[in-house]
Amino acid sequence: MSEPFLVGENLTGGYGSADILHGCTIAVDKGEIAVIVGPNGAGKSTAMKALFGMLVLRKGGVRLEGRSIDELSPSQRVMNGMGFVPQTSNVFPSMTVEENLEMGAFIRRDDFNDTMTEVFDLFPILKEKRKQPAGQLSGGQRQQVAVGRALMTRPKALMLDEPTAGVSPIVMDELFDRIIEVAAMGIPILMVEQNARQALAIADHGYVLVQGRNAFSGSGAALLADDEVRKSFLGG
Amino acid sequence: MDWLNALIVLANFVVVPALTYGSQLALGALGVTLVYGILRFSNFAHGDTMAFGTMATILATWALQSLGMSFGVLPTALLALPFGIIGTALYLLATDRLIYRFYRRQRAKPIVLVIVSAGVMFFTNGLVRFIIGPGDRNFADGERFIVTAREFKEMTGLSEGLAIKTTQGITVLTAIVVVALLFWFLNRTRTGKSLRAYSDNEDLALLSGIDPERVVIVTWLIVAALATIAGTLYGLDKTFKPFIYFQLLLPLFAAAVIGGLGNPLGAIVGGFIVAFAEVTVTYAWKKVLGYTLPDDIVPSGLVQLLSTDYKVAVSFSILVLVLLFRPTGLFRGQSL
Amino acid sequence: MAGTASEHVTLRAVLLAITIVVLLLLTGYLQSWNTALVILDMGLISAVMALGVNLQWGLAGLFNVGIMGFVALGGLATVLVSMPPTTAAWSAGGGRAMLAILAGAATIAAALFVWRRIPGGAARGFAVFAVLLVGFVLYRWLLDPAVDAIESVNPAGTGYLGGLGLPILLSWPIGGLLAAGAAWMIGKTALGLRSDYLAIATLGISEIVIATLKNEDWLSRGVKNVVGLPRPVPYEVNLQSDPAFVAQASELGLNPVMASTLTVKLAYAGLFAVVLIVLLLLAQRALHSPWGRMMRAIRDNETAASAMGKHVTARHLQVFILGSAICGIGGAMLTTLDGQLTPGTYQPLRFTFLIWIMVIVGGSGNNIGAVLGGFLIWFLWVQVEPIGHWLMSLITSGMADGSALKAHLLASAAHMRLMTMGVILLLVFRFSPRGLVPER
Repeated sequence: MSEPFLVGENLTGGYGSADILHGCTIAVDKGEIAVIVGPNGAGKSTAMKALFGMLVLRKGGVRLEGRSIDELSPSQRVMNGMGFVPQTSNVFPSMTVEENLEMGAFIRRDDFNDTMTEVFDLFPILKEKRKQPAGQLSGGQRQQVAVGRALMTRPKALMLDEPTAGVSPIVMDELFDRIIEVAAMGIPILMVEQNARQALAIADHGYVLVQGRNAFSGSGAALLADDEVRKSFLGG
Repeated sequence: MDWLNALIVLANFVVVPALTYGSQLALGALGVTLVYGILRFSNFAHGDTMAFGTMATILATWALQSLGMSFGVLPTALLALPFGIIGTALYLLATDRLIYRFYRRQRAKPIVLVIVSAGVMFFTNGLVRFIIGPGDRNFADGERFIVTAREFKEMTGLSEGLAIKTTQGITVLTAIVVVALLFWFLNRTRTGKSLRAYSDNEDLALLSGIDPERVVIVTWLIVAALATIAGTLYGLDKTFKPFIYFQLLLPLFAAAVIGGLGNPLGAIVGGFIVAFAEVTVTYAWKKVLGYTLPDDIVPSGLVQLLSTDYKVAVSFSILVLVLLFRPTGLFRGQSL
Repeated sequence: MAGTASEHVTLRAVLLAITIVVLLLLTGYLQSWNTALVILDMGLISAVMALGVNLQWGLAGLFNVGIMGFVALGGLATVLVSMPPTTAAWSAGGGRAMLAILAGAATIAAALFVWRRIPGGAARGFAVFAVLLVGFVLYRWLLDPAVDAIESVNPAGTGYLGGLGLPILLSWPIGGLLAAGAAWMIGKTALGLRSDYLAIATLGISEIVIATLKNEDWLSRGVKNVVGLPRPVPYEVNLQSDPAFVAQASELGLNPVMASTLTVKLAYAGLFAVVLIVLLLLAQRALHSPWGRMMRAIRDNETAASAMGKHVTARHLQVFILGSAICGIGGAMLTTLDGQLTPGTYQPLRFTFLIWIMVIVGGSGNNIGAVLGGFLIWFLWVQVEPIGHWLMSLITSGMADGSALKAHLLASAAHMRLMTMGVILLLVFRFSPRGLVPER
C-alpha cells in the first residue's frame, strides 16, 4: 500500500505532563474523507491538533506527502498546504464574509479571485451575504465561512474540527453535502465529528478513538455495519 | 431675540473651539484605541507620546526655520511633521523592542502591560523635559487668523464677531484627511485588513499566516503618526508644555471608552462628545442667553455650569457614566 | 523547601533593612543629621503609603493610579479637623453651604432611587436627568452665594470655613475615613470591570480631588494654602527658650537651635514609626488570616475562585478601601509634617509612580518588602538629585562656561530623576518582578 497523503503515525503525547494520545494512527488519502469519532474525551480533537502541530508529541510523527513535517509550526504547516478549520472562533466576526475569505488567502501573493469564485459556487449563500459581517450570520452559515476561509489557500489537505457542532440537522446535512463536494475536488479531508453515524455515512475511512488509542478502523460503511461499533458508540 | 448674534457667539466660543478640540482628541483617542484593539493594553504612555511627537516636530521646525524655510501663511511645523513622525516612530519601535515585546511574548496579563506603560510614561515625560525643558514653547508661525473677529463684523455687519484661527482650520482639515487615510488603509489594503483581523481573532489570524511582528510594527507606526499629528495640532493651537499632555490622558481615555475601546469610529465620535461636553459645560452662557431670552428673565450670573478648572471632572463624569451603564461603549468595542 | 525559601526572604528583608540604616547613618555623617532625619520622616510616610498600595496590588492585583487623590484627602482632613473654625465665615454662609452639600448628596441619592424604581427605558433616562438637573440647580443656588460670603470673610487670612479645632492627631484616622469613603465610591463604579478601567477611574478621581482642593477656597483656601497647622510635637522656638532643654543640649555638645530641630524631627519620626508599626502589624495579621489567604487565592486564579462562589468584586472592594484608607492616613501624616496644606504640591505624576516603584522594588505582595522599599526608594529619590547635579557638572566641566548646551544640561539634571525612576521601574519589573523582598 502506498504511503497515505497525510498520516499521523503512532501519535503519543498531550498538552502537559499527562499523555492524552497513546500511539494512535490517523491517515487520509487523496480524494478521501476520513472521519475520527469516539466518545467524549477520547482525544479526537487532540489527535487533529497533533496533526496540525499544536501539541508536543513524545512519540510518533506526522508526514505530509511522504515528508515529515514535525519541525514546522502551525503557520508553517498552513503555508505547506494544510488547511485547518477550528471548532470555535473560526471566523473574523467583525469582518465581512468577503474579507474573511480574503484573509483566508492571506499567504497567497497571486490573484485569488478564481478561488473565491469557486468558494462562492460551493457555498452560494456566502455570495449572497458577502458584504455582511461574519459575526451576524447564523451558526451554519458561519461554519460555511470558516470552511470557505480555509479553502482559499487551495490546501492540499483540509482538516475540520467538529464542523457540525451546534447546528441543526438540516444544516448538518447541507454541510456534509458541501464537504463531499470539496472532497470530490480531490482534496483529502480529515474530520473530527461528534455526530458519528452521519459522519461515518459519508466517510471513506473511519477511526474510532477510545482513550487516545485506535479502537476500530475501517471503511465508513464497514464500521456502521459492525455490531460492536454500533452498540458502543452509535447507540445500537 | 437676536438669533443671528446668538448663533455667532455660540459658534465663536463653543462650536469652533469644540470642533477643534474634538479633532485633536479624536486623533489622540484613535491612537489609544488602536493600541488597545491590536496590542491589547491601555497605553498610559500615549499622552506623553504625543508630547514626544510634538517635541520632535518642534525641534525639526526650529531646524527648518534656522535654514530660513517657512510655509507662508501656514505654520512651518506642518513641514516639520514628517520628521517628527519619523522620530516618534523610531522611539515607539524602540520601546516596543526593548520593553513591550518581552511581555507580549509571555502573554502577560493586561494589567502588567498597563503598569509597564506607566513606567514608559514616566520615562518619556522626563525625557521630553530633559530635551526641550519644561517651559512653554510657542512654535506657531505664519498667519494667525483665517478671519478675524473684526473682519467678520465688517463683512456681515453683525455686532458679534466670529474669529477662526489658522490653527483651528488646519486642525479640522488635517483631522479629516488623516481619518480618511486611516480608514482607507484599514478597509482597503491588505495590511490594514490584516491588522483588523489580528485585532478580531488573534489565533485565527496567526493561523492564516499573518505575521504578528509585522502587525505590531505597523500598528506602532500608525500610532506614532496619530500621536505626533494630534500633539502638534494641539500644541500649535494652544501652546506646548510637557505636562499638559499628561493632563490629556483622561479625556483621551474617556473618549476611547465612550466610543468603545478598540473601535476606531467610536474613538472619533467619543473625541467629539468629550470635547463638546467639556466646552459646553464650562462655558459661560450668559451672553447667548442675553441674545435669546427676553431681557427681564436673563440671569444675572455667568451661567457657567462648572468652572474651567473642573474640565477634568467633565470627561471623568462621562467616563464614569459609560462605565456604569454601558461599559462596552457606544459602538461595541472589545472591552471586558 | 518552603522553609529555606522563607528563610531566604527573611534574610533579604534583614539585609535590606540594614542597608537602609547604614545609608541613613552615612547621610548623617557625610551630609548632616538634619538631612538624615528629614529623609527618615518622609521615608516613614512613604512606607505607610507603600503599605497601602501593596495591599491593593499584592493582595488583589489592583492598579491604583490615583494614590495622590487619597493622600490629598488625608491632607484635607488635617485642615478640617485641626484648624480653628472661622466663626465669621460660618455665620456668613457656613450653614447654607452645608445645606448645599446635603442637597447635592440628596440629589444623587434621589437619582439612584429613581433609577432603581422606574423600569428601564427612555422614561427612566429622562426622569433621572430631570432629577439631576433640578438638584444641580438647587445645589448651585444654595452654594454660590454661600461660597461668596465665606470667601469674602478676611480672604487674606482665612476666607474659608476652617475646621473643628480638634487635635491634629485625630485627623490621621479621619483622613483614613475620608479616603475610604472616596474609595468606596470609586470602587463601586469601577471594580468588576477590566483592570485598566480601574486605573483610569482612579486617575480621574485623584485629578478631581486635587482640582477641588485647588479651587474650592471656601473649603481649603485653594491655592492660597492653609498654613500654620497645629502640631502634635513641640515647636523649635519653644524648645530653644526652655532652659532645661538647652542644658540637655549643651551636655550633648549641641547648640540649642540644632538640638531643637533634631528633637522635633525625631519626635515626628517617633509618631510616624508608631503608626507604621501598628499598620504593619495589622497588615501582617490580615495577610496571614483566612481572609488574606482567600484574597491571594482569588488573585492567583480569579475564574476558579468566582466559580467557587467567592464574591470577587466585593473582596476587591474591601481591599481597595483598606489600601486607600491607609494612603489617606499617610496623607494626613504628610500634611502634618509639612505644617501646611499646599494643594499645588500634589502632583500625580511624580508621587504616585514613586510609590509604585517602592512597592515593586520592595516586593509586591510582601508588606515588609513594601515598607522597606518605601524607605529605600525615597532615599534614592532625594539623593539622586544632588548626585545628578554632581554628575552633570562633571559631564559639563569640559564645556565652555556660558554655553547654551551647558546651561541646558545643568538645568535638566532635575529631569534625569524622572527618567531614572522610570528606568528603575521598568528594569525591576522586568528582571525582578517580585522585588527585593518577594512574597512568600
